Amino acid sequence: MIPSEANAPVLKLQDIHKTFSGITAIENFSLEVYPGEIVALVGDNGAGKSTLIKIISGVYSPTSGTISIEGETVTMSNATMARSHGIEVVYQDLALADQQSVYMNMFLGREPVNGFGLLDRRRMIAETESLVKELDVRIPSAHATIRDLSGGQRQGVAIARATHWASKLILLDEPTAALGVAETAKVEEIVLSLKRRNIGVLIISHSLDQVFRLSDRICVLRRGKQIGVRETAKTDKNEIIAMITGLQPV
Amino acid sequence: MSSANTSAAGQGLANRFNLQQYVVYLGFLAIFLFFAVVLRDSGFLTVRNLSNIVLQTAPATIMAIGLVFVMSAGEIDLSIGSTVAVAALAAAVTLGQYGLIAGVLTGLGAGLLVGLLNGALVAYVKLPSFLVTLATLGLFAGVSRSMTDLRSIPVTDSVFTGFFGSGAFLGIPSLIWWTAIAVAIGHIIYRETRFGAHVLATGDNARAASVSGISVPRIRLAVMAISGCLAGLAGLLYAGRLQAAKYTLGETDLMTVIAAVIVGGTLLNGGRGSIIGALVGSLMMGMLNNGLILMGLSVSDQMIVRGLIILAAVAVSLREKSR
Repeated sequence: MIPSEANAPVLKLQDIHKTFSGITAIENFSLEVYPGEIVALVGDNGAGKSTLIKIISGVYSPTSGTISIEGETVTMSNATMARSHGIEVVYQDLALADQQSVYMNMFLGREPVNGFGLLDRRRMIAETESLVKELDVRIPSAHATIRDLSGGQRQGVAIARATHWASKLILLDEPTAALGVAETAKVEEIVLSLKRRNIGVLIISHSLDQVFRLSDRICVLRRGKQIGVRETAKTDKNEIIAMITGLQPV
Repeated sequence: MSSANTSAAGQGLANRFNLQQYVVYLGFLAIFLFFAVVLRDSGFLTVRNLSNIVLQTAPATIMAIGLVFVMSAGEIDLSIGSTVAVAALAAAVTLGQYGLIAGVLTGLGAGLLVGLLNGALVAYVKLPSFLVTLATLGLFAGVSRSMTDLRSIPVTDSVFTGFFGSGAFLGIPSLIWWTAIAVAIGHIIYRETRFGAHVLATGDNARAASVSGISVPRIRLAVMAISGCLAGLAGLLYAGRLQAAKYTLGETDLMTVIAAVIVGGTLLNGGRGSIIGALVGSLMMGMLNNGLILMGLSVSDQMIVRGLIILAAVAVSLREKSR
């Protein structure tokens, strides 16, 4: 999907600057993510990807620069505020409660209650089952306990949860780092299916193969600086590697 | 993620679920049958004896309910052992001077205050609950001794002793009412409310709970406060039943209560638990006490046997859950 001028970006970062006690972590970072678009954020270890994710998810506030969501400038001082703006994060550790059921994890912290103030389990189970089916996350049932699931299934649940709540943007932090080949393929399928929901996806990945399979655009970060943004269809691995490392392609 | 894999996962789930859930009931049944056979001529099976067991375990069951919340949140509360006495003494003293309502409120309030103190230190000063409550266990054991210079305070208010001790309503002893109501309310809050779900999430994965918007410190404060308050209620029940308050009340309950909760299916590390299981665990401990006394064991032998049985029970229930 090519970003069209008609659509406002779901997320727009403008001149983001972040320093930690005088040390610059991110400088002059600008990026737009459009609805239905998958943007990959790549860079070497320590390039500032995690800092950037934390800024977008509201954990850190930028030292300067603005964040806008659908054209509206927002200030976020914690993850709850980012969530209320329709931004969901799938953390590297997934942030799942292992002993609880799939459906309780889907609604963790946001459990619906009935008129008596009691948990509306029927609704949670029904919504979980329909979403899991829609995204084709193959789990035994909505009642299954998280720790009985495989790595890919857990990742599927974490992505399904983000999908359920995100109205604007999903941040995926290394979604397949711990997965095998078949499970990676399954998770990638799920990520691609998110495009249909017209939400933006920002994905961090160390696998360039994966980045080229999934993304519409690639944003390269090196030592806190944005090196450039390329349309995936118009670039190749050599160029991206050169941008990541700062070395000219041979 | 083949279908074979999926069904194997389902199978494992079913197996563990059953074992884990039934360990406490099987243990309860085994001990019950053992005593029923061995003590068939010693009056174990009489209605009077069996209802006595329930009456005697009422304070421990009430404390166990609080501890299920605490342990499910991944914390521990050792201070309940001395909170009981502080609350009972505070209630008894106030009762004598300012009347019934003041006495009850002071007793519950004392428990709540101890709980809030523990909770604030755990949630906001971020000290480990084990160390905090080990310290407050000792601290309030001292307080309860100094409150009345080791003296026992008689509780003569017949409304109080009826309500919290020897009375009955609709032919059912008040201690059984207290147990039933506390278990029912505790179970509903634990299983069916957002608060209960947040307690479990906090004990299961505090980081996940926190990034999901759950205020982890507030949950920690709340569970410690609940535990303190229920220990206070246990103190009132002791004072009502014994018609007196003394610094020794609740002293020996700590091990029993922790064992009841663990045997009842609550994980020591949080994230999973059961109020009903804790009730059955508590009744099992009470039955054990009762049976060993009826068997004529000396006090020291009772302690040894009880310790060994608790060890075995805890080992079995932890083995089932640590898979």
